[in-house]
Order: sequence, then structure tokens, then C-alpha cells
Amino acid sequence: MNPKRKQRLYLMLFLLLVAGGITALLIQISGENMNMFYPPSDVVSGKAPVGENLRAGGMVQNGSVLRSESDLGVTFVLTDHKGADFTVRYTGILPDLFREGQGILVEGQLNQAGVFEATEVLAKHDENYMPPELMELQGEMPERKPGPMPGFPGTAQDSPRVTMGSAYDS
Amino acid sequence: MIPELGNFALVLASVLALGGAGLGLYAPREPVLQSGVLSMVFGQWAFSFVAFTALIYAFVVDDFSVSYVANQSNSLLPWYYKVSAAWGGHEGSFLLWILIMGTWMLAFALRSDQYPDRFTTRVLGVLSLLNLGFICFALFTSNPFLRLIPLSPADGADLNPLLQDFGLIVHPPLLYAGYVGLAIPFAMAVAALLEGRVDATWARWCRTWANMAWALLTCGIALGSWWAYYELGWGGWWFWDPVENASFMPWLAATALVHSLSVTENRGTFKSWTLLLAITAFSFSLLGAFIVRSGVLTSVHSFAVDPERGMYILTFLALVVGGSLSLYAARAGQNTAKVGYEVLSREFFMLVNNVIMVVSLAVVLWGTLAPIGYEAITGGRISIGTPFFNAFFVPLGLMLLGALALVPVLNWKRTRAQVLASVYQALGVSVLLGGLIWFALDPASLLVAGAVGLSVWVVLTHARQLWFRLGKGSVPAAYIGMTLAHLGFAMGTAGISITATQSVESDVRMSPQSSIVLAGQQVTFTGVIDVLGPNYGAQQGIFIVTDGDRSYELRPEKRQYFAGGNTMTEAGISAGFLADTYISLGEPLEGGAWAVRAHYKPLVRWVWLGALLMAFGGILAVFDKRYARQRRRQEARQGEVTLS
Repeated sequence: MNPKRKQRLYLMLFLLLVAGGITALLIQISGENMNMFYPPSDVVSGKAPVGENLRAGGMVQNGSVLRSESDLGVTFVLTDHKGADFTVRYTGILPDLFREGQGILVEGQLNQAGVFEATEVLAKHDENYMPPELMELQGEMPERKPGPMPGFPGTAQDSPRVTMGSAYDS
Repeated sequence: MIPELGNFALVLASVLALGGAGLGLYAPREPVLQSGVLSMVFGQWAFSFVAFTALIYAFVVDDFSVSYVANQSNSLLPWYYKVSAAWGGHEGSFLLWILIMGTWMLAFALRSDQYPDRFTTRVLGVLSLLNLGFICFALFTSNPFLRLIPLSPADGADLNPLLQDFGLIVHPPLLYAGYVGLAIPFAMAVAALLEGRVDATWARWCRTWANMAWALLTCGIALGSWWAYYELGWGGWWFWDPVENASFMPWLAATALVHSLSVTENRGTFKSWTLLLAITAFSFSLLGAFIVRSGVLTSVHSFAVDPERGMYILTFLALVVGGSLSLYAARAGQNTAKVGYEVLSREFFMLVNNVIMVVSLAVVLWGTLAPIGYEAITGGRISIGTPFFNAFFVPLGLMLLGALALVPVLNWKRTRAQVLASVYQALGVSVLLGGLIWFALDPASLLVAGAVGLSVWVVLTHARQLWFRLGKGSVPAAYIGMTLAHLGFAMGTAGISITATQSVESDVRMSPQSSIVLAGQQVTFTGVIDVLGPNYGAQQGIFIVTDGDRSYELRPEKRQYFAGGNTMTEAGISAGFLADTYISLGEPLEGGAWAVRAHYKPLVRWVWLGALLMAFGGILAVFDKRYARQRRRQEARQGEVTLS
């Protein structure tokens, strides 16, 4: 092999090694910081692991929101309206669009008692927006089409929206 | 009638783009045909301008028979938001994109006297081809002029309240100017590959455009971050949201490009690499457009999910990237040059910059696309959060700062080790300062103290060298620009590391007349009053903040918009160079109490001021004398040709 080729071969090997190393790091670190999403049925059935960071979601059950009287503690129940539901405990400010009956996401850990200790509560930003994780859930439920707005026939379904910042208001 | 005129203008622009692309890429030698390409570029700009004006007109006169206007506007909106609502949604913002594309092409055409005629023709041909793709996308999948007849609504659905803000007026135009501006280095790279000629002169031509686009992109991203900070009501300024990442990726590639171009201009090396970066940077612009506009990632930035649009952009992206990379593969090999350099040289440090930028790019790309890939393969959903990005960006940022500190004393090719003495002195000072800062930090963190210490080091070495060179005579604008951009980077990273770790954030329950202590300031909540805005009603909290002798009022609001029924949080912010006090209202609790978010954020402004300083440095470098000299030389040469 002539020296020039040899040099090029070494360079290529070196680059491959570096690229391989970076890829391995990427996979490793993203694996450590990845949150799986679980619907209510998985949380109830025990498919969601206890004591690990994860995401769950569901609809806020009507009448289930209980505020503490001394601080910002709150508990509420998330349900899929098909018999699976679980309690969420959270301390902090709920997003603007947190309402009963609305689909929301919670991030945090499930404890031994089956209560979800949320570190973050995410709701949709806008009336027409549904977190993608919950779209399937809603699809299985009795369809609730966004009705046409008053004086505004037939266009509410696909109104395009742009907003900014995080994926969810939190 | 006017919207139809706009539509027609857009069709005419597409015809001219087709003509410009065909003729430009054919690259005729005849001056008549060459000026034909120029006129078609002027035409594309003029008709895009007419189309855009027609859309603005439809918004201003509340023409709700136009579907897009009905979705985005409302008769109660103040006029300036009606105008900016034109680019508040997918269709209109894409029309703005086309207008900006036309404007860049026009700018290039107007400066065409600086470049050889055939080169100009080719560049404009490539740009016209891209523009054709954009205009067809608007016409076939996202036409903003579609009517709702006979079912025209009496009033519009209203602009999303988050967008009813000064931020919408300035952020998208600047950001798009940056995105689309990267098309010019791209087109210049393709034209150079077609001609088979890439040299220092080419790099000099390309640099002004790349710098300008990079500076505008920097401004656009910084403005977006600032807007998110004051408008979203929870005090963050960067969320690693897929759409933010979509703007960050071309920025990283463009930053690498700007540096690599400098090496190509000054030393004639890195040629193939520079070409590849020019192609990459614009490809990431397009990838960003795909991410935002296809609905593949659902984020609040995303426009309506529409598979047809996604497919169109993906096909376009594949053609642009595939086409340019094939051309690159076929031609770039011819441009190898053998110029050696040592480790202590500017070339090597530019290489360090480029490697860090490319690794960062890989990290952001992975963090953005991995969730999509995971879902496509397993059907499960995952999210990758901030810790992932921090795990990479903290060490990468520190490395970048460390390398940056040496830059001012480095020469091209090789540097005598003796000149590093001053760098070591500066290092001593910054280690001392970093140590002092470490004591002041709460919570104490070696990483933060390290980041601040390194930033100080960068500032000291750059300031010292600038001072030294100013003392010796006049300093080129490009050098001052470089210094400012690097100082801006140091300022930004210092701001980021301090504000990310030293902020005091308390979410508390406050009843009227109660107080809390926030970072040594007394915050008293006096109560909530009802106020009425032009198109919303709001509950306004009144907070009195007392900081020693100084006392001021903050009035955050919770707004209910009449038209869409949306609720929005408007934070009360006392902005300061050294720290912000940030208060926003959560939700009402029993007994007149409110959930209140009270934050004290030291140095948060430095994040954006640093970015603006970087952008300013980039623009300053464009006005370096050597680029003006270039123009005169070209004029002189053309003069000679006509004389002979």
C-alpha cells in the first residue's frame, strides 16, 4: 500500500471510530433520559414501572380535582373513560388550559401505592390542539367533533395554528 | 377581487421562476440572455410583493370570505396585529417566506456587478429553481387566497392570543430572512461546483452572504427565545422544543460554514468541506421547514397536520439534498489543495470549531428525530428531555470556550509558543475570578464557576488583543466583528450558566396583602382588579416589590380573549441588566388567593444580548473594506474590457 493511501486509510478509521463513539454516546445518554408514555390502562395494569421517570396521560375526571387549602398541592384523577383511572398528585401551578374533562399529560413517577407523583403537568396550548399521545385515546372514545364556532361554519376543524415555545403549556 | 389578483401574481411569479431556472442553469454566454435572467428575478420579487400585499390587504379590510383570513384574524384585532396575523399561520407565513426569498434574490441580482456574469446567472438559476419549488408548494398545497364562498363567516376565528404580540411582528420575518438567506451560499456552492471552480475569491464572495444570513438567523432565534420568555408565562427561554431545534440546526451548520469560509478565503484550504457545509446549512433550513410544516412532530409550533404538505416538502428536500450532494460527490474531489498547518494555528482552531459544531448538530438532530424514529419502529411514544441535551451541550460549550480563548493570538499556519504568555496571564486572572465566583454561587457548582471563568478568559484575551492592534493602527472591520461575535458568545454562555443554575423560582399560594421574600426582595400581593383590553378581558394582579430603598409595581395579567375563548398569561417583568424579577399569575384559589409564580433571574438578559452582539459582529464583518475593494476592482476590470 502506498503511504498516501495508508494515511487516508488511517484517517478514515479514525473518523469512523469518532463517529461510532459519538453515536454510542448519543444512544446511551438518550436512553437514560428517555421517558416512555403510558396510557391509563397500562398504569392500572402495572405495565408502567414503579419508581422510574415516565409520562402518562388521560382525561381529567369530572369532579376529581382537589386543591389543598394551605399550599399549591393538588390531586386529580386521569381516566380513559373505559374503566381505567389513576390518581395524580402534584404541587405547583397548573397550566392555563387545565380543565376537567380535558386531555393532559403528566411527567413524573408512579409510587408503590399506584399514585402518580407528577413533577410536571402539561396541557394543550390551544382549544384545537390535542397532545399526540392522547389522540389515539380520543379516537377510541365516542367522537366529540369540535363543533363549528358561532357565526363561523365549517372551518373550525382544520384551523391551522402556530404558537411558540414548549410543546405544552405547563 | 384583490385576493384573486394576489393569486394571479403568485402564478406569474412561478412562471418567471421556471423561466429563470431554465435559462439560468443553461447559463448562456450572450449578455442579452443573461440580463433576461436578471429581469426574471426582478419579476419574481415584484409579483411576490404584489401577492403578499394583496394578502395584507385582505387582512386589513377584514375579508373573512378568504379562508385563511377567517381562520387567523378577527374584526376586533388592532390593525398592527391584523397585518402581522398575515404571517401567523402556515399559508401566510409561507408567502412571507417566498417574499423573503425573492428579496434575497433581488439583493443578489443588484450586486451582480461584483461577480462574473456567468456565475451570477448560474446562482440566480439555482435560486429561481428553489423559488419555483416554494411557489408551487404555496399554490398547490397551501394557498392563502382560497375563498369560503358562499359560506363566508361574519367574523374571524381570531389570531391565537400568544401571537398577538410584538414578537410575532419581528420574530418570523427575521428568522425566515436567516433561513432563506442560507439559500445564497447554497446556490453559490452549486454554481461553483457546476463551474468546477472553487477558490479563495469564491469564498470571499460567499462570505458576505453567509455572514449576513447567519447574523439574521442569530437575531431571529434570540428574538424567539426572548418572546417565549415573556409570553409563555412560565419564565423559561429555551425548551429544546423540536421547532426550536429546527432553527438551531441550520444555525449550528451556518456557524461552522462562516468559520470554514474564512479559512478557504485566507488560506485556500477546506474547500470541499466548505462546499459541503454550505449545502448542509441550507438543507437543515429545509428540514426545519419540513419539521414545522408537515405535522410529523406535533408541537404547538406546528401548523395543521396535513400529509400532503409533508410529502411535498419531503420530496422537495430529497431532490435538493440528493441533487446537490450528487453534484458534490461528482465534482468536489477536484478541489483538493495541499496546504499544511500546525496545531497552534488558526486553521486548526477553526477545525476545532467545526468539529464541535458538527457534533452539536448530530446531538440536536438525534434528540429531535429519535422520538419519531422510535414511534415509527415500535409504535410506542417516548420523549427526550432537557437532561439529554445538557449532557452534551455543557461539555461541548466548555470545550468551545476553552478553544476560543486562544483564538486572538493565533496566526495562520503556525504560531510561536511565546505569544501564549499573555494568554496564560489572562488565564491566571480568570481562574482567580472564577474561584471568587465559585464562592458567591448558590448552589455552588464547579461547572458554572468553570464556565464563567472560561468566559472571562475569552473576554480578556480578545479585549487585550483588540487593544494591542488598535494601538498599532487601524484594525479591519472583519477583525472587530470577529472579536465582538466572540465576546457575544462569552457573554451568552456566562448568562446561560448563571441564569440556568442561580435563578430563584418559587411557586406559591398568595392571599391578598400577604408577602413573600424573593432573593432579598419583599414581594407583596395587594389583590386583583378587572381590566378590559381591546379584544380581551383580564384579571390583573398588583404586586409591590421592595428592594432596599427601591420599590416598584408589577402587574401580571390573566387574559380571556373574547373571540377564541383562549386564556393567556401575561407575565409582569421588571427587566434589569443584572437580573429580572418575573411574576405571573397561576390560577385563582379559594378566598381571593392566587397561585403565583415568582422568579428572580440573574443575568437572563445576557443570553439575548450575547446573541445580539454575535449578530452585530457578523454584520460588521460584512462591511470590511476588503469586500468593498473587491467591488471596485471588478468595476475597474469591466471598465477596461469596454475600453478595449
